[in-house]
Amino acid sequence: MDIVLQQLVNGLTLGSVYGLIAIGYTMVYGIIGMINFAHGDVYMVSSYLTAIAIALLTFFGMESFPIIIFGTLIFTIVVTGAYGWVIERVAYRPLRNSSRLSVLISAIGMSLILQNYVQISQGARQQGVPTLLTGAIRFDVGDGFVQITYMKLFILFAAFLGMGVLTYIIQKTKLGRMCRATQQDRKMASILGINTDRIISSVFVIGAAMAALAGVLITLDYGAFDFYVGFIIGIKAFTAAVLGGIGSLPGAMLGGVILGLSEALFAGLISSDYKDVFSFSLLVIILIFRPSGLLGKPEVEKV
Amino acid sequence: MSKAVVRKTLISLAVASAAAVAQADVVIGVAGPHTGAYAAFGEQLWRGAEKAAMDINAKGGINGEMIKLVKADDACEPKQAVSIANRLVDSDEAVAVVGHFCSSSSIPASSIYEEAGVLMVTPASTNPTLTDRGLPNVFRVCGRDDQQGDVAASYIVGDLGAKKVAIIHDKDTYGKGLADAMKATMNAYGLEEVLYEGLTRGEKDFNALVTKIRSVDADVVYFGGLHSEAGPLVRQMREQGLTAKFISGDGIVSDEFVSVAGSPEYVDGVLMTFGADPTSYPAGKEVVEQFRSEGIEPEGYVMYSYTAMQVVASALGANDLDPVAASEWLHSNKVDTVMGTKQFDDKGDLLVSDYVMYEWDANGKYSMMDN
Repeated sequence: MDIVLQQLVNGLTLGSVYGLIAIGYTMVYGIIGMINFAHGDVYMVSSYLTAIAIALLTFFGMESFPIIIFGTLIFTIVVTGAYGWVIERVAYRPLRNSSRLSVLISAIGMSLILQNYVQISQGARQQGVPTLLTGAIRFDVGDGFVQITYMKLFILFAAFLGMGVLTYIIQKTKLGRMCRATQQDRKMASILGINTDRIISSVFVIGAAMAALAGVLITLDYGAFDFYVGFIIGIKAFTAAVLGGIGSLPGAMLGGVILGLSEALFAGLISSDYKDVFSFSLLVIILIFRPSGLLGKPEVEKV
Repeated sequence: MSKAVVRKTLISLAVASAAAVAQADVVIGVAGPHTGAYAAFGEQLWRGAEKAAMDINAKGGINGEMIKLVKADDACEPKQAVSIANRLVDSDEAVAVVGHFCSSSSIPASSIYEEAGVLMVTPASTNPTLTDRGLPNVFRVCGRDDQQGDVAASYIVGDLGAKKVAIIHDKDTYGKGLADAMKATMNAYGLEEVLYEGLTRGEKDFNALVTKIRSVDADVVYFGGLHSEAGPLVRQMREQGLTAKFISGDGIVSDEFVSVAGSPEYVDGVLMTFGADPTSYPAGKEVVEQFRSEGIEPEGYVMYSYTAMQVVASALGANDLDPVAASEWLHSNKVDTVMGTKQFDDKGDLLVSDYVMYEWDANGKYSMMDN
């Protein structure tokens, strides 16, 4: 019993982070119908920014956890958002009206550029950040116990807060309304006076900001990263986005949580060797019965 | 017409000078993960080999020929190892190679060196398959995983008296090979493992696996793999309140293990098997001091790499720079190195291996255990 509970906690924290990154994939797909393969590497960049921010803040003598965490979050989200904006500007906007394939190649190129640029500028070695928040709470369950570190609790809190704020922005604000309009019909939206290029830019910035939030949280929790960390987690988050229905915001969050939970439960209860096989089989099965994902809407062919 | 003559002369001059350069140097490749997640080990190999080459060149090179080192980066990926091995053999015209690091790279690359008649001495690849295939040109100056597994297993069963052992590996040639070697010896002692699982290289979240280790109540966790996965794994174990002893092999011998684990407190008490302190040999005292005076700590494989370069140089020197003859010569002759006198068997393994247990302390340093 305690083991199952612990696995649920493991899966939920991992899944909430997958969800945060999946948001970037799903929003970009929703609005311009492309898969931004450089998104995993945007996450990777935010890991490095986290380390830089922590180093700067401690250098200037700020040692308390709340100051460091908020300083790091603000710095990382702003700079990573800028990366998202530049990437869209440089790699995707010039190809706005070309075929989907060109944009896809451009995205893969962007991913390689980011990886190599970080590898050359920051070195190829494994990097680490010091542990900021230590300690854990422990519940006794039956004979065993469930142990949750404060960092894990903070991840859950921050991830769901991030998702909540984003849902509010998309559903209730003017910017969100313009995003939704552009997603539904870009031409019509621009006829109605929406600067769709600007909306697309802001979607990239929002996606990058969510990846940055995930990057800060994961980097603080695991403490280790290198220039290649974006790859595996990017693939997983993309899977989560497809699982939940690509293009759907709640779908990305749901997909992330389902993927995280299924990985943790399968690894914990059956075999960790085959957990990825299981996750992808789950994806295949869901796509067979619901081709557009759990919460996705079937694509209507526009004539 | 005169133009053509001039051009021809220029070309022949260029060819002649290129040939002269090629003749004057002995090209030796240093192959390993110079980039990527395991670049720290590539750096260790390069430092040792570079220093050895400089020292040998300062004493007049190999039979008067200067050693020229070529850095070959395999990123610890088998595919890249093969292409880099082809490059070393074809365009760099290397006669010998010090490397590779990862067994999964060394094994495919060794076939290419064999075909080309290039001498290969690895400072670090410990998987038994590498030499068990009987290639005449392959040597290692480190031990084998079955020897390493033996030492770990007898420590776990004998000294620790463990009852419940969980074995984790990274599904790679080295990691799984080491885990299997340890498992075989442990089973021969009559102790069955309570858990045998693989994890994915490159991931950082092992919480689900850690919870599973907790569920089987293991008192020892044996890990076959490298530090970049060992660090997060041991950290997440401690974070979930799992106090089981963590034991691994020579894949975690790097200061980076501490930074990847987050802080020295997590690596405190971690055990590993590694060759008896490579800096403790009397023959290497001077070299170790020179390293330290240059501000370089000869950790991990630095001295092994130095040794491998010495083996290459002695063998080539005694055989007129012919790598094929040198390979044959090495099977029956002793070489004096900074890590003592080395002697190889028919397969290219060391006759004597010297694995011992090391322990990491709360300052993030490792030292030999007195046993």
